[in-house]
Amino acid sequence: MSRRVLRTIALAGLTGALGLTACTPGSGGTAGPSEPAPNASVTTDATSLGEVTLTVWDQEVRGGQEKQMSTLVSQFQQKYPNIKVDRVSRSFDDLTKTLRLALSGKDAPDVVQANNTRSQMGAFVTAGELVNLDPWAKAYGWDQRYPASVRAVSSYSPDGKTFGSGSLFGLPQVGEVVGIYYSRSKLESLGLQPPTTWAELDAALAAAKDKGEVPLVLGNLEKWPAGHVFGVVQGRYVPADQIRALGFGQPGGDWTSPENVKAAQTLVDWVDRGYFNSGFNGQDYDPAWQSFTKGEGVFLIAGSWLQADLSAAMKDDVGFMLPPPSEAGGTAVTTGGTGLPFAITDKAVNKDAAAAYINFITSPEAMKVLAENGNLPVVETSQQAAPDALGKDVFAAFDAVSRADGLVPYLDWATPTMGDTLGATLQDLLAKKLSPADALARLQEDYSEFTSK
Amino acid sequence: MSPAPGRARRQVGPPGEPRRIGYLFVLPAFAVYAAFALYPLLKAVYLSLWNWDGLTLATWAGLSNYADVLGDDRLRGAFGHALVLMVFFAVLPLLVGLVLAAVLHRSQVRGLGFFRTVVFLPQVVAMVVIAVAWRRIYAPGGSLNSLLGAVGLESWTRGWLGDYTFALPAVGVVGTWLESGLVTVLLLAGMSRIPKELYEAARLDGAGPIREFLGVTLPSIRAEIAVALTLTVIAALKTFDLIYLTTAGGPGHSTTVPSYEVYRQAFEIGQVGLASTIGVILTVIIFAISFVITRIGDRVTD
Repeated sequence: MSRRVLRTIALAGLTGALGLTACTPGSGGTAGPSEPAPNASVTTDATSLGEVTLTVWDQEVRGGQEKQMSTLVSQFQQKYPNIKVDRVSRSFDDLTKTLRLALSGKDAPDVVQANNTRSQMGAFVTAGELVNLDPWAKAYGWDQRYPASVRAVSSYSPDGKTFGSGSLFGLPQVGEVVGIYYSRSKLESLGLQPPTTWAELDAALAAAKDKGEVPLVLGNLEKWPAGHVFGVVQGRYVPADQIRALGFGQPGGDWTSPENVKAAQTLVDWVDRGYFNSGFNGQDYDPAWQSFTKGEGVFLIAGSWLQADLSAAMKDDVGFMLPPPSEAGGTAVTTGGTGLPFAITDKAVNKDAAAAYINFITSPEAMKVLAENGNLPVVETSQQAAPDALGKDVFAAFDAVSRADGLVPYLDWATPTMGDTLGATLQDLLAKKLSPADALARLQEDYSEFTSK
Repeated sequence: MSPAPGRARRQVGPPGEPRRIGYLFVLPAFAVYAAFALYPLLKAVYLSLWNWDGLTLATWAGLSNYADVLGDDRLRGAFGHALVLMVFFAVLPLLVGLVLAAVLHRSQVRGLGFFRTVVFLPQVVAMVVIAVAWRRIYAPGGSLNSLLGAVGLESWTRGWLGDYTFALPAVGVVGTWLESGLVTVLLLAGMSRIPKELYEAARLDGAGPIREFLGVTLPSIRAEIAVALTLTVIAALKTFDLIYLTTAGGPGHSTTVPSYEVYRQAFEIGQVGLASTIGVILTVIIFAISFVITRIGDRVTD
């Protein structure tokens, strides 16, 4: 056999391999951008559905989360013996990395926890892989059970282009709110009460600095933590509806507005006055809040997800408050939303059974189970028994801000690239590599490039 | 002296003759290779010609993804960072390895096996563990800063991985630490092959340790140097886990590397086509560099 034969074999192999690939990527499997198929006959009587097996993918793998979920699943199966729940749990990272492939595959799960973001839920809605939940929302009364600001963060237009309004594509179990944790003993030693206005908070920060304390603890190595600090400061200056337009990536927002410049400038001022711990851009998130529990720092701007850990470490010494309203007596505006919403996939065999499951795990009784296990229930929060003193603060704060429609979305939800753009830009801003105006211009570029499409 | 090279080649009736049978022997391995390496590679090249989000129908992009990669400051920057990392992952370990190996080889160190194991150890430890450990070292309250503080250099302390000037070198130093052991062990193996007579001859000619090293040791281990460089350069260019776990490309975009961008584009943003493009370009670069290195290595051994 000569070299020519060898070459022929190689070429044949190459063309064969290319031939296998030679169809448009994405043409297999999915139905393509879908019509909002309004299910004409919605059944809410789950016992009448016959034998069903539901495959559920969730990310409730940690302590209290795992406990509430396994409790609810066993209660659900007791109530509806005809529906078997096949639960697959994986960590948040694993879930978000695998969901794309799973949904476009042949045997997709029936119920999935999909992140609200455009790159997850938005993309899945566009691809027609999630079911429009409006018919069930009406049948089960989810639109009564969940306040508008909570439903908004799981809502997309049926083509997936508009986020924050339109149809409901998922239903969350837990709430999230970013606020300000403080050390009671530190405030006491400074002779201060927990601040109720921005002026008092400014004064407390300055007083802490004067006394040689670290006023604000921040670990920003992972890039995203500063976004939460910015969100809190933004709520001080920028009206909630403008933040919503920016956070949902809806047209009409303006990152470069004078109010946003003020917010960015405030962060820079905090850096200039030395309010943050030194080296915060090179500090890990977890060690940062852990150092707060060990007595470093007076305030920590962070989300309700730290509640259980902070409470366990600091007991009664830690308190939680919403950021003060921009004027006294006004509504507090802060970043927040929900845990990952549960959605039904287009490939789900029995969508009514899937809806029954979602209804069950978000029912008022389920909220009690959530609270008992130390989670923050997304609705009827104030009626639930909080696990401890800090839990009471957090539950009350979430209840107040969600019912007053003061919750604004995470800013990185806006565009598929905003998480990275925002994180890197805020690192640049805090390190004074970018002026407030330049930093906001960079955010505006990302935002308008997306919204102009 | 050394056995004449090429004796094996001159066998009469080499195994695998006639050729048809020879190919048959190769076939199983080739099938596996084709299924797990060639096919994905071709598929990646194919995908790089499309705009695809991984979910919906793709649109034909032609070469525009390649133009995007070349035209994007951030992506070009990522390739630049990979080149900087090459210095830390390949050049520095080579220098460190040469010195260490020469010292260990020359002086009859007691417990050589122990030292060899110790310098090689980083290769065995999972990258996640290494990254977490070094994050602790570089943290604002970490051991490096404590050390600097203890010797009176408080002004030098900083959050190393969050510092725009030092983040990339800091990650690079981890690479140097990681690869030096591998290089040392490789070079030591090469040096142990050098016939003692060569050193004796050199010494009779009045060569000192440095002349000996330059005149005898270095030329004899060029093949090992080529292997070491190939391995470490590839390690530098494909660095993903270290960046992902230490800086996530930050602060700003000052430490992103191509393979991190592949991950980000494909799994976070959903730009599968562009991610494939970056991957293909990276493959071409790695192929070109290792081709040059092996060519130089081959020429020397001939």
